Amino acid sequence: MLISLKWLSDYVNCPLSAERIAEGLTMTGLEVESNSLRHPQLQNVVTARIEAVEPHPDADRLKICVVDAGGAELLRIVCGAPNARAGCVAPLALPGAELAGGTVREAKVRGELSRGMLCSQKELGLGEDHSGIWLLPDDTAPGRPLDEALGIKDVLLEVAITPNRGDCLSFLGIAREVAALCKTSARYPAADVEETGPPIDSLTSIAIDDPKGCPRYAARVIRGVKIGPSPQWLKDRVEAIGVRSINNIVDVTNFVMMELGQPLHAFDFNRLREGRIVVRKAKAGERFTTLDGVERSLGEGVVLICDGIGPVAIGGVMGGLNSEIAPDTCDVLIESAYFDPISIRRASRNLGLKTEASYRFERGTDPDGVLRALDRAAGLMVEVGGGFIAAGRIDVCPNPLAATQIDLRVDKVNRFLGICLSVDEVVELLERIEMGVSRIDSDLLRVRVPGFRSDITREVDLAEEVARLSGYDQIPVTSPLAAVHAADSDPQQMSRARLKDVLVGGGFFEVINYSFISPEALRMLRYPEGDASPVPIRVKNPLSDEQAVMRTTLLPGLLNNARYNIDHRSENFKIFELSKVFLPSPVGLQAEEIHHLAGIMAGKRVERALYSGEDVDYADAKGVVEHICGALRIGELRFRADSLPPWLDPCASACVYANGQRVGEVGRVHLEVREAFDLKRAVFAFRLDFDRLFALKGPAPVYRGLPKFPPVPRDLALVAEEALPVEEPLDFICSLQEPLMESIEIFDIFKSDQIGEGKKSIGYRLTYRAADRSLTDEEVNRVHTRLIAKVTARFVVSMR
Amino acid sequence: MKEAVAKLFETAGRALSESLGDPKALERVRVRFLGRKGELGQLFKELANVAEQERREAGRVLNEAKVRLEALFSEALEKKRELEALRSQAIDVSVPGRRPPAGRLHPITQTATEICRIFNWLGFETVEGPEIELDYYNFEALNIPKDHPARDMQDTFYISDDVVLRTHTSPLQVRTMEKRKPPVRIIAPGRTYRRDSDVTHTPMFHQVEGLMVGEGISFGDLKGILTTFVHQMFGKTVALRFRPSFFPFTEPSAEVDIACVMCRGKGCRVCKSTGWLEILGSGMVDPAVYKHVDYDPEKITGFAFGMGIERIAMLIFGIDDLRLFFENDLRFLQQF
Repeated sequence: MLISLKWLSDYVNCPLSAERIAEGLTMTGLEVESNSLRHPQLQNVVTARIEAVEPHPDADRLKICVVDAGGAELLRIVCGAPNARAGCVAPLALPGAELAGGTVREAKVRGELSRGMLCSQKELGLGEDHSGIWLLPDDTAPGRPLDEALGIKDVLLEVAITPNRGDCLSFLGIAREVAALCKTSARYPAADVEETGPPIDSLTSIAIDDPKGCPRYAARVIRGVKIGPSPQWLKDRVEAIGVRSINNIVDVTNFVMMELGQPLHAFDFNRLREGRIVVRKAKAGERFTTLDGVERSLGEGVVLICDGIGPVAIGGVMGGLNSEIAPDTCDVLIESAYFDPISIRRASRNLGLKTEASYRFERGTDPDGVLRALDRAAGLMVEVGGGFIAAGRIDVCPNPLAATQIDLRVDKVNRFLGICLSVDEVVELLERIEMGVSRIDSDLLRVRVPGFRSDITREVDLAEEVARLSGYDQIPVTSPLAAVHAADSDPQQMSRARLKDVLVGGGFFEVINYSFISPEALRMLRYPEGDASPVPIRVKNPLSDEQAVMRTTLLPGLLNNARYNIDHRSENFKIFELSKVFLPSPVGLQAEEIHHLAGIMAGKRVERALYSGEDVDYADAKGVVEHICGALRIGELRFRADSLPPWLDPCASACVYANGQRVGEVGRVHLEVREAFDLKRAVFAFRLDFDRLFALKGPAPVYRGLPKFPPVPRDLALVAEEALPVEEPLDFICSLQEPLMESIEIFDIFKSDQIGEGKKSIGYRLTYRAADRSLTDEEVNRVHTRLIAKVTARFVVSMR
Repeated sequence: MKEAVAKLFETAGRALSESLGDPKALERVRVRFLGRKGELGQLFKELANVAEQERREAGRVLNEAKVRLEALFSEALEKKRELEALRSQAIDVSVPGRRPPAGRLHPITQTATEICRIFNWLGFETVEGPEIELDYYNFEALNIPKDHPARDMQDTFYISDDVVLRTHTSPLQVRTMEKRKPPVRIIAPGRTYRRDSDVTHTPMFHQVEGLMVGEGISFGDLKGILTTFVHQMFGKTVALRFRPSFFPFTEPSAEVDIACVMCRGKGCRVCKSTGWLEILGSGMVDPAVYKHVDYDPEKITGFAFGMGIERIAMLIFGIDDLRLFFENDLRFLQQF
């Protein structure tokens, strides 16, 4: 909310500077977001009296004005205005003034130095007149800042009002807060109502058929007003806070709303059929045209203001086109009502219509302030529009709202806040914000909450008032007294953190992608439409189609990251994400949220140009999976090229099985997927179900004694069909469970012409060792030969 | 003679060690001591002057000296060759190192980890919860009923009428208290979502929630714990202030500002000339929340707080554009 300090000073005397007010409001809970001059362009603009006018030696249309701008010396100003003459006073922009047309500087104009610029209204942004310089009254003292001389110096504060403080959406409300800061009281504006018209009861009547939506409705009638432009003071006021001036009557309703926080509505009384008001609930589907010219379909529950025949306004939201103030309006009915905040909020949301009025009503207006605003508006309307106020007012309030009373235990509040205020101090603080306080005993206070503070209903709410008014900075910093206890740690969380470190140690960069993806992304991964794979959860109101569904896989994000980086010339990279995917839950409303771990590798294996040689390949990606599973001490890992997901290239990919369970896949990204994601080069990827892997995590390591006797290596070179997986002979040898064989690994795979077309040579290194003795060559040879025989019997292979 | 030989060894040893660096010097030294007219030769010549009965012994000493001296020289020669060989293999120390591969954690992860570390150290346990959350936990149980203006503070993504993408990590307050009896001390990092996207907002972001509830916990304690946190995170000299604010699930509520880390409080673009940066929201847990978890607000008090991880990360690392976090540009990720 924009607050003009000049306007605010009508309601509170405050000796503080604008900066101190801003600081004080901020520190008591009304954050001042900006603090600026209303007319920043008038800095360095002063009043100046023209002492003499001389012709410009080098230009017929220019003059040199010798002016008194309050300084020790007279200034020579070059000026082209026809009305500049000796003796008159005009605004002078001094060097440095920032006008709309640019910064004023000392400059030579046709050879003559001008020490500033005499200005028109338009040049100063204060009016439209540009016929000449702005002639101020001749008795204006020279050398005064122009805004002061004109009495328009003002500071605007932009105050952020939290949703609980609807009472501060007015000048009076802010004035009450400033008064509390300065330990003074706010001044409520007087309402001068001279009732010279006929009794209101003879003119109109009001009925409330929806007392829940509209607990209170009050009205006055003014006859014989003349609609016209607002007087300058009223225009200035509404424009000071950025509201457009419309006409005198409408401006008064806006002014009073800004002043007191009570939204008002003015009806053209003669356009109210049967001259009466009925407040009722709208019927579902009822249609009505609001004064912005839009025909709206009303939902059930909207509070509707009707005349004798039909709707004339949407209560608390907006008036109707059929009853708005027109240039020929002469009789006015002023509505001042209290609407139920929840009803107004629902109506405003359902209609998609937010107004200054609905904004205030849904935050809670002051039910006790209805009549003050009504009288204030009536008085002002007659002042600016003439006419006669009908005698009396109608005030319908079927169920008067009881004032809130709260008991406050001073000791309890002190302990809660960690401070030590006396009962007197607490009473003084609460009375500063117009609370009615009575002392019940030495500790207990009974507090009567004024109607405008609908946010205060409990002792704890009063505790907050005490805290903020005494100042949060006055509360001492303490350490809580709590039993020492070690924070438990969740092993799953720790395991995720550990795996991230493992990957980072392996050269991977962690990425974080949005949890929502485009539904198209699954098609781009070659999942057919209507595939059995889980249908992603839709966001009902996404910001864009790109973010319309919750991800069921991390891959689209990673592939987009890959494209982005390749396009930005980072072509060698390893990236991963370890985060949640969202699957529809078979039970309950919420999703099944599970952790996936996926990564992409591309480009050179070693990034430094000097040492880089080969590009990453399947074995690199597989190695990462092995490394991850190793970090989790997963016992048995298998890679099989069956039932691959559609995004992987079947020629260079495998599914990952840990302890026999499928946990993910790894391999080269399918060419069509690459094309869909616009990737300019081959990339390898892996994807693992982290939660499943974690469940398979091996036990903590247990120490085994180190071997005391030396190992004996033996090699075995087989020539096999190219299609034979190198792992099969290896698995077979392991399955023989030869007690002397300690380990086996593949040390060499190659193809050559010598070996022959369609064949490959596989080198296995077997290590033999006994726990209790050094093995002899003969012993090892015997075992080795036996193993070889079994292998050659089992597979179609030959020894090389 | 013995003395003369000893002296000879002394000078020869010195000459040898001095000659090691210079390839030609070694030969010169050899000539000087072992050459035909060298110093040892001179001693042999003097043998004639030695008394008859001592001559034999002196000759033995001299011969022995000759053998030792020759061995000394061949040793020196060998050492010299080795040095020369090493010198020819000398490497260029300015060649680039062959680095082990090294990636980085995302700056958000690094920041969240550090925040959690500080609170873990203060006895707060890290907990997690669902991101697709029931309206009940995200709003209702946090004292934000439907049709309350506070819902305007957060634009929400909906999955259905009763299910939302959590707009904050605060649901963890209720979820945890539902399951546990006081005292409770938790910290809850995670992803959060709001329907907002511009220069300073991304539809997904990260928060850390904290909660400490028990008997006799006061607003002063809230100030104490959060002051400790700020000092650990930003340094002990950083000024901070607690400012009244509003959250539906805390009463009283406080925003915590720290003196701008960019301009040290003088006023700059980052702090919008105020000298202060808002870094977290906090407050005493509202009794309305306790009602939902069956705690007795007459006995139990406590505080909660929440902060945006991106915000903290931007301040710590001096990042000026929020969107960088989710572009995952390697040139960005490599910097942390």
